[in-house]
Order: sequence, then C-alpha cells, then structure tokens
Amino acid sequence: MNITKYIAQAILVGLMFAAGAAHALTEQDMMALSSGDNDQRIAKLATVVTAGDASVIPFLNSLENDEVKYTGKKVYIVNDKGTVDAATGLAVALPDDAQDVINNNRMRNKLDAAIAALNLESTDAAVRLQAAKTLSQSDAGESTLALVKKAEKIEKNPEVHELLVEIRASIELLSGDPAVRMQSARDLAGSTSSDVKDLLASRLLPGGETDPDVRKVIAAAMHTIDKRLSYYEAAGTVFTGLSLGSVLLLAALGLAITYGLMGVINMAHGEMMMLGAYATYVVQNLFRHYLPQWFDAYVIVAIPVAFVVTGLVGIALERTVIRHLYGRPLETLLATWGISLILMQLVRTLFGAQNVEVENPGWMSGGVHLASNLVLPYNRITIILFAFAVLLLVWGLLNKTRLGLFVRAVTQNRKMAGCVGVNTARIDAWAFGLGSSIAGLAGVALSQIGNVGPDLGKTYIVDSFMVVVVGGVGQLAGTVYAGLGLGIISKYMEGFTGPVMAKIIVLVIIIIFIQKRPQGIFALKGRSVD
Amino acid sequence: MSSRYQPMLLRLMGNSRWRGYAAAIFFLCILMPVLNLVVPPGNLLHVSDFTISIGGKMLCYAMVALAMDLIWGYTGILSLGHGVFFAMGGYAFGMYLMRQIGTDGSYHSNLPDFMVFLDWKAYPWYWTGTSHFLFALLLVVLVPGLLALVFGWFAFRSRIKGVYFSIITQAMTYAFMLLFFRNETGFGGNNGFTDFRRILGIPIATSEMRMTLFALSGLTLLAMLWMSRYIVDSKFGRVLTAIRDAESRVMFSGYNPLHYKLAIWTLSAMMCGVAGALYVPQVGIINPSEMSTSNSIEIAIWAAVGGRGTLIGPLLGAGFVTAAKSWFTASFPEYWLYFLGLLFILSTLFLPEGMIGLFRKLMEKRKLMGKSR
Repeated sequence: MNITKYIAQAILVGLMFAAGAAHALTEQDMMALSSGDNDQRIAKLATVVTAGDASVIPFLNSLENDEVKYTGKKVYIVNDKGTVDAATGLAVALPDDAQDVINNNRMRNKLDAAIAALNLESTDAAVRLQAAKTLSQSDAGESTLALVKKAEKIEKNPEVHELLVEIRASIELLSGDPAVRMQSARDLAGSTSSDVKDLLASRLLPGGETDPDVRKVIAAAMHTIDKRLSYYEAAGTVFTGLSLGSVLLLAALGLAITYGLMGVINMAHGEMMMLGAYATYVVQNLFRHYLPQWFDAYVIVAIPVAFVVTGLVGIALERTVIRHLYGRPLETLLATWGISLILMQLVRTLFGAQNVEVENPGWMSGGVHLASNLVLPYNRITIILFAFAVLLLVWGLLNKTRLGLFVRAVTQNRKMAGCVGVNTARIDAWAFGLGSSIAGLAGVALSQIGNVGPDLGKTYIVDSFMVVVVGGVGQLAGTVYAGLGLGIISKYMEGFTGPVMAKIIVLVIIIIFIQKRPQGIFALKGRSVD
Repeated sequence: MSSRYQPMLLRLMGNSRWRGYAAAIFFLCILMPVLNLVVPPGNLLHVSDFTISIGGKMLCYAMVALAMDLIWGYTGILSLGHGVFFAMGGYAFGMYLMRQIGTDGSYHSNLPDFMVFLDWKAYPWYWTGTSHFLFALLLVVLVPGLLALVFGWFAFRSRIKGVYFSIITQAMTYAFMLLFFRNETGFGGNNGFTDFRRILGIPIATSEMRMTLFALSGLTLLAMLWMSRYIVDSKFGRVLTAIRDAESRVMFSGYNPLHYKLAIWTLSAMMCGVAGALYVPQVGIINPSEMSTSNSIEIAIWAAVGGRGTLIGPLLGAGFVTAAKSWFTASFPEYWLYFLGLLFILSTLFLPEGMIGLFRKLMEKRKLMGKSR
C-alpha cells in the first residue's frame, strides 16, 4: 500500500520533471553543468542563464541542494522522493558507480545567482524580491545582465525595481563603454545601499575607473549616497531611540505610580516585569499546545493575563510586606530587594535558570524596509504604539476614574482623604497593584524584543529609576519626557561611543541635570513638597 | 536612637574596652598564628589554611560593614555604591600585584597576560607608578576617596538625600560595573586580575603569607573600629547623628551638613578601599562582579542584620551573613537566595535594630524578670 503510493509519487514527480526538463536542458547540458572543471561548468551555467528559460530552475535547484549524481553518461536526481533520470524524468535505480556532484562555494554562489536571475520573471512578487536580493548580494556577473535588464523594463514593484536598477548598474559599472559606465554611476546615485557605496569607492581606487569624467560622476554619486545614508542613519537613531524610550517609558510608568505617587521604592519592580514576561511565555506555550491555529493571537491574550497576574502579586506584596513599611523608604528599598531576590529564585526553580524562548507572532516579525540601513521592525513599532496605549490607560485611570481620584486624594492628603471616607489602606493596595500590573504589561512588551530570563528585571531597574528621577515625582508628563528623552539620547550617544560609554555619559548627564533641577523636569509645587 | 545605644555600647565594651582590644590583638597575632603554623595538621587544635582564608575574607567584609555603619547607621545615608569603593581599592592594589607577577605570566611578557592578549604594547597611562608598593597603597585610599569626594560633592550639594541618593549611587555602581567589564578599560575585562605571585617579592601562596595578611586585616579592622568609635563619640560624630535624625534642624542651627556628610562619606569610601586591598591578595582574584549592584546592597543588609548605629553590630552582621552564605552555597545552593531575600524582608520588618537590638531586648527582659522576682 505504502509502496504503491511511494512509486506513484515518484512517477508523478518524474513526469513533472520530464515535462520541463525535456525542453530546456539536454542530457549533455546537464552533464556539462554537473561534472568537469568548475570554470567550464560556470561558463555553461552562463549560457543557460543567458538563454533565460525559467524551466531549468528545478534542475538548478537540485544541483544546488546536492541532489544530483552522475555516471559516465547519465545524470540522476536523488532526493527523498527516490531516484530519477534527470533527462527523462523517469524513476530508475541508481547505478553503483554514480558520483556526487561537488559544489564549492564559488559554484554555489554562481548557482544562487543563476537561479535568482531566472526567478526574476516569476509572477510572484515575493519570489522576485527574494531573487533580486540574492542577486544583489552575489557577484552576479555579465551572464545575468540580459535577464536583469529585461526584468527591469517590466518590473512594476518599486522595491524590486530599485534593486534591479542597482544590480544592473553595478554590472554595467564594469562595462567597456565609458558612456554606459557613466550612466550606470548616475543610476547608482539613487541607491540607499552601503554596499553600492563600497562598490563605487572601490572603483575610485587605483586600478579602478580610469576615465576622468566617469570618475567625477562616480564621486558625485558616492557623495549623494553618503548624504542619503547619513539622513537615514539619523532617522534610524531617532527610531531606535524612540523604541528604547518607549520601553523605558513602559518600565517607568509603573514606577511613576508606586514611587511617584505612593513614595514606595519598589526594587522588585523589575521582577514584576519579569513575571509579566514569563506570563507571556506560559500563555504562548498554552496556545502552542491547545490552540495552534490561533497562535498569532497569543500576545493579545497575554496582555490581560500578565496584567492580572502581576497585579495580584503586587497586591499580595503590599498586604504582607510593604504596608508595614510606609514612611520608611530606605527599609522599603531593602525589603523589596529581598522580594526581588525571592521572585528571581522562584522563577529559576519553576522555569530553570536558562532564558526561555518567546516567539514573535507572525504579524510582528519582519519590518518596514525603508533603506538598506533603515528597517523598522514591526515588533518595535508595535511596542511604541503599545507604550502610548498604556500611557493613555494610566492617564485615564488616574484622571478619569473614581479609583484614580481616590489615589490622587490619598497621595495629596492621606488624613483628609480618610476623614471623608476613603478607605486609604485599600487604595494603597489597589494603587500598588496597578503599578505592578503596568510592570507586567511592560514585561509582555519586553518579551517580544529581548531575552526572557530570571535576570530580565535587573537589566531595566536602574534605567527605569533614572527615568523617574529625571522626570520628577508625581507627574506622568515628566516620566514621558524623561523616558523618551533618555532613550533617544542614549541611542544617539551609542553611535559615537558604544553602549557602555553611552550609559556612563548619560548617567553623568543625569547627575549634572539634577544639580540644576533636583526635583526633576516637572517638580511638584506647593504644599505637597516635602 | 543614638542616645539609647550609647550606654549600651559602653556597657558592651565598658571599662573592659582596652582589655577587649588587647584580647583581639592576642588572638590575631599570637593565638591564630600558633594554631595555624606551629600546631601540626591533624592535631585537634590545628586551624586550617582554609579557615584562615575564610576568616581573612570575613575581616575585610567587616571593615566594609563598619564603613557602611558610619555612613548609614550614624549619618542616615544609605549608600548602594560601597561595593564600587571596595572593588576600586582591590583593583588599585591588584595593579601592584599584577606588576609583581613580572615575566612569570603565560606569555612571559612584561605586561599582564590580558594586555598581551589584547595586543597592547605598553601599559596605559593610569598604570604609571603602580609597580611601587607605597604608591599603590596610596592609590588604594586615594582612588575611592577621590571618586567619593567628587560624586558626593555633586550629590550632597544639590541636597540629594534619602532614597534618591541610594538610587543614584546604585546607578553609579551599575555604570562602573559595565565600565570594568569592558576589555578596553584596561583592567582585564570580565576576568579581572588573578594569578598573583608575590607581594614585595615574597611568594603569596604560602601559609605564612596567608597568616600575615589575616593578622594584618584583623589589626586594620581594630584600628578602624578604634577610629570609628573616636569619631562617633566626638562632636563631629554628634553632628552626624543629628543630621541623620533631623537634617533641617541641623541646618537651622547654623551647621552646613554638606561638609560633614562629605567628610564621613569620603572616609567611609577610603575604608572600603583599604578593605578591598586586603581582600584581593587573600582571595587571589578581583573581577567586575564585585561591583555588581547586588553586592553593594548585600553590604547594607550586613549592617541592618547586625544592628545599625552600633559599630559592633555590622561586624557581627557581616560575619553572620558571610558564614550563612558559605554554608548555604555549599549545602543548599538553591535556597541561598530565598534565605537572603527572607533575611532582607524579615530584618527590616521585625528587627529594626538588628541582632544587637534583639540581644539588648533579651537582656532587658532578663533584668526585669530578675527585678520582679
């Protein structure tokens, strides 16, 4: 039963091959591609590519995947479906003396380029884009030029078209005709790729371009690309800074409630984020096991789960430990540090000391490709939006709800709030729970862009406290400006000094800043100041 | 708070204070050396090299705890940066120790192995003079002292206090740890300094040297204790306690807290530097993990567990926590962090005055019971 199915499959595959292969490649062609001297094989490959017949792609793929074997006169394709005669496509038995085709890296590179060039005529835009990308990475060479030119004329997709122009111009830059070279340099000036810049630079070196006019055009093109690249680079810095800033903002928003409003130093805040990230991990695993078809939605479900779990942990901590330490901030600091150690070890015991794997859902992987040095990943964009959504949530909760009203009342005057009937102890618990929940949300976000491990919280705790210190206590606006500002400044500094020095410089800047404004950007004024 | 502690302190040491110092000196310089070096191994009274090295480590930690008590217990400033000062003293003396290796490293170069590995051709400028023993000793106190002075001046001048100060010092710790983890910083990256051979030309890995360092650490600790007691009892010390209890009132009385805070802060940092310098040759390694934020917070818990503002308490606390750590990490490594975490929580919740406070309470209870009988 199984065997008949197997044979039927093999025959089917064979027939498919037979249909294409018979027209495109003769047995001699295949033999020339598979065996002999590498230079001759590459030359043969070039003629095949120049012919531009897409039906040879399956055979080239087989060649690339090391599925081709040959004897003195016949070529075979051996894969998990069985053995077929490459020329006829019929299932045959592999002779004992069949040899493997040996592909070195140069040969593979040429095969890649050949397949890509032939794929440029595919009807699927994604395949064409992939082909163009492969082609621009490989040293395509003259043989693909005709195909690239042909494709360039009919290509409608702007991204693919841009790449094709680049590939074509890169090949033509080495052409014998100065006019063609000049035109190609002009075309390349539109590029956004640093590879193109390097290529142009290499032409200006001794032994490169000799014609003075062409040299001028090349230099001008390089300058244009340089300017464009630095513009994109600046935009990229702003984006990564914004992304880091939004992460800091998320981490600091919870602190703005617990520290800013309640005056509680929660050193376990980072561990709350870690718990949020682990909650995401657990939800992801549940989805993977029970609802694989809904896997892409797991993040959406993880958000409320993390919110509730960390909120409950926060309320429990407030009731058992922190409640007893109000008004003793230094002791609170030490006790919450103790809590953080216990939570870390607890997670180690439950999930192991290694980082766990949290996968981006499909809609979050990939990114917007703006230039070769500027790709905006979807997960970063999502997190920036998410941070602002959480900001809106916190702002709304504090300013538009009864709970927020009570929290603000208790913050401003605990006794008076108690006198008019606010249950201050319960409000404390709710507020601390809310702060922890926000940390949990931050954890969900962090799980999508970084490692999830027991030490996750410790990486962010110092930074998020810095945000609150700079932003000033008791003000959301300060947290927002400080979070985004510190994010962009750190990323900007990183460009010059590397991440470690950037951190140190930012710290020095903060210390100097505090000299000027000890209470942060937005200081509370009036009686509530200590 | 202090007024309550003061009589107790006197009671603890009391008239026997000098006798106590004498007993400690006898213990460090005569008893332990005899038990370690003269009494043969296998004898019941023999003290092993291992015990001596653990003891030496504890003595260094005790110095840091004492420094912490001066700044936190007496002045009310919780520093989360003392680990940095400790490590800086260690690194400063470590530079000297690295120079003493000479050409005995694996690459037989004049430079330390890690510099050869980085393909450096000469010592960076800040290694200048570190081959001189006395200059290295000077660096041990000057580097942490200077860092503390500059940092403290900026922080205290803008009246950063309380938790704010703690957080800023923690950020400083974090930054320094990152800095020292880099290979380019010139302090051996994450491997730090190790593989020391000799001090002043004398081989380091001998029982005699270990004993000498142990005794030296003990004597330094005693000297620091004596100095701290002197400071705490002086008028200067009274102002410090006043700053802790009501800083605004101190200002209104015409004192400038800045100078007092800065002085005790810098002194405290220098004490940590000395502790670090004695620590490094005894454990044989210094690396940036000594600067981790958790190490600095652990110092605070030594003082808290032992009893802040008692001078003796933090020494006991350091000994207790270190002993507990080595016992746990050997027997139940899984549970050490649970224990430490609980220690943080329980000591802040239930033991605001630490072990000394507990001890005092028990004593009072006994006295009361004696009276009622």
